[in-house]
Amino acid sequence: MNIHEFQAKQILGRFGAPVPKGQPAATPEEAAAAFKALGQSRVVVKAQIHAGGRGKAGGVKLVSSPEEARDFAAKLLGKPLVTHQTGPQGRIVRRVYVEEASNVARELYLGLLVDRNARAVSVIASTEGGMDIEEVAAKTPEKIITEAIDPLLGVSGFLARKIAFGLGLKDKQVGQFTGLLSSLYRAFLETDASLIEINPLVVTAEGRIVCLDAKLSFDDNGLFRHPDIRELRDPNEEDPAETEAAKYDLSYIHLDGNIGCMVNGAGLAMATMDIVKYYGGEPANFLDVGGGANAEKVSAAFRILLSDPRVKAVLINIFGGIMRCDVLAEGVVKAAREVNLSVPLVVRMEGTNVEQGKQILKDSGIKVIAAADMADAARRVVEAIS
Amino acid sequence: MSILVDKNTRVITQGITGATGQFHTRACREYGTQMVAGVVPGKGGTDFEGIPIFDTVEKARRETGANASVIYVPPPFAADAILEAAAAGVELIICITEGIPVLDMVKVAHYLRGSKSRLIGPNCPGIITPGECKIGIMPGYIHKPGDIGVVSRSGTLTYEAVHQLTRLGLGQSTCIGIGGDPIVGTSHVDALRLFNEDPRTRAIIMIGEIGGTAEEEAAEFIKNNVKKPVVAFIAGQTAPKGRRMGHAGAIISGGRGTAADKIATLKACGVTVAMSPAELGSTMKNLLDAMERA
Repeated sequence: MNIHEFQAKQILGRFGAPVPKGQPAATPEEAAAAFKALGQSRVVVKAQIHAGGRGKAGGVKLVSSPEEARDFAAKLLGKPLVTHQTGPQGRIVRRVYVEEASNVARELYLGLLVDRNARAVSVIASTEGGMDIEEVAAKTPEKIITEAIDPLLGVSGFLARKIAFGLGLKDKQVGQFTGLLSSLYRAFLETDASLIEINPLVVTAEGRIVCLDAKLSFDDNGLFRHPDIRELRDPNEEDPAETEAAKYDLSYIHLDGNIGCMVNGAGLAMATMDIVKYYGGEPANFLDVGGGANAEKVSAAFRILLSDPRVKAVLINIFGGIMRCDVLAEGVVKAAREVNLSVPLVVRMEGTNVEQGKQILKDSGIKVIAAADMADAARRVVEAIS
Repeated sequence: MSILVDKNTRVITQGITGATGQFHTRACREYGTQMVAGVVPGKGGTDFEGIPIFDTVEKARRETGANASVIYVPPPFAADAILEAAAAGVELIICITEGIPVLDMVKVAHYLRGSKSRLIGPNCPGIITPGECKIGIMPGYIHKPGDIGVVSRSGTLTYEAVHQLTRLGLGQSTCIGIGGDPIVGTSHVDALRLFNEDPRTRAIIMIGEIGGTAEEEAAEFIKNNVKKPVVAFIAGQTAPKGRRMGHAGAIISGGRGTAADKIATLKACGVTVAMSPAELGSTMKNLLDAMERA
């Protein structure tokens, strides 16, 4: 789960990280009031969407009066902002963040993430702040510092100093950096984060270290421990079909093709997308109904899948282990009747109670194209739309 | 003709009274697995259909001589269950639970470094040596005793591969689901090493997916160590970047972990890669037939 920059800064600030003072604003008037409340001669107004690249896209501006803050907010609010991460349709800006300006002397990069290889949280740092870190890693890997944090020791002084010196920090900044890294690691552990990214981390003209931007993502599996963080979810930033799917504990991801796929198990669901493509089709989605799906869940999955108007055919691929094929068939029949199914439906079933399942589909009178195996299913569904 | 589990394996179920624990303990026992104990804190002294229940894993192990434990407890308590089994000295721990917070697994992985226990999973279907011992949630009847080792990050996709093998008359030595989470106890490399050393395993199927670099490491390991033929498949060739494809571990991030990269590395290391998931079994059969003719 992702949150907005201003929310991330509020959380990190609570853990002692140096973040600029700021206020979120949902209207131009609130932006003007925030300018006055900050009591500074210059502030930055930043569009709040769940995507990077806002500065380059014109979503960030330095302003020097309440009127200017108001006018810039008015220009952004309620309109889509298109960045290199949003896709061509952009994201509607519903809030801006009004924040005190910093005198930037240097821009650095600092990130914390769960490192699969180290099986620990790792720190990634670079002198190339404000850039796309993936690009830095690809072009100049020698400019990336990676250090795993020992789960027992936490952020030890020597480790923090090593990174600080690697970033070219000196004097008091080294101590400030050590404090910052400890704060971020504590925030990471205590919020069940999966990623904290400070890009850029700046050194100001006055020699202070400040988190100028902040991105915070959470491990969905850890959210049960953090009802307060779950509250920060912004449904406006999520695909409505994906939100609906989450209610039924279904894993759904919208894609650009026209063949709707319903599968049990994440690996098999990915493999089904792959085989559809292998036979020349384009999957409209990833949809994993999970292991122990019941008829209600299957029918919800079916509805969500068909809510995409681009879907011209549906492929169901189920390998029933825990999931019984008769239960699946009942769910499909129920859903097909409810939605008045009008596109071709290809079903491939294998596993527990497969004969009963096939019989239920047959008896239902619903037009089903039965497939013998995975390859046959993919071929038939591609054929059905061409 | 197997690795890690066989007819002598004696198994504890942690979380035996939950719906999932009950269902699969029953199914595993019917398959022939020696399900010797259950553990549910507070229910020690009772039993589940004749299987004695204990309050702690330590006691269950001491009194029944169990050497493996399977975990079905819910995500908030699963990491603790793994630690309990490891602290009690259980040699093989299989964690089926899906949805464990990854930071819990960081702690578990750290603890297991100094322990003799091997963890399989979490978020996995389990392990089966066909005809001898099934620990986990896979449907037993699709398997057939034989000499193909199967290792996979996915559940149902493993069933698909096994089903294809069985239909072609190719039985399996052991099938391990290593799990779809970012941090798992047993890696592809660990499983490959065991299969390579197992005299009764003739060839290996490895099923990977997008995310991380486990398959790349496996490819290197195969090139340098494995003498047996390996067929691989990587799921997620069509997956978009930056989206978690169901499994917490299946995500292309930072431009790394794409299927294309993995497939290229595997091929470069001499692994036969099936491009369609429907051709896992036939690719293996063709490879073995060609070797026999040669």
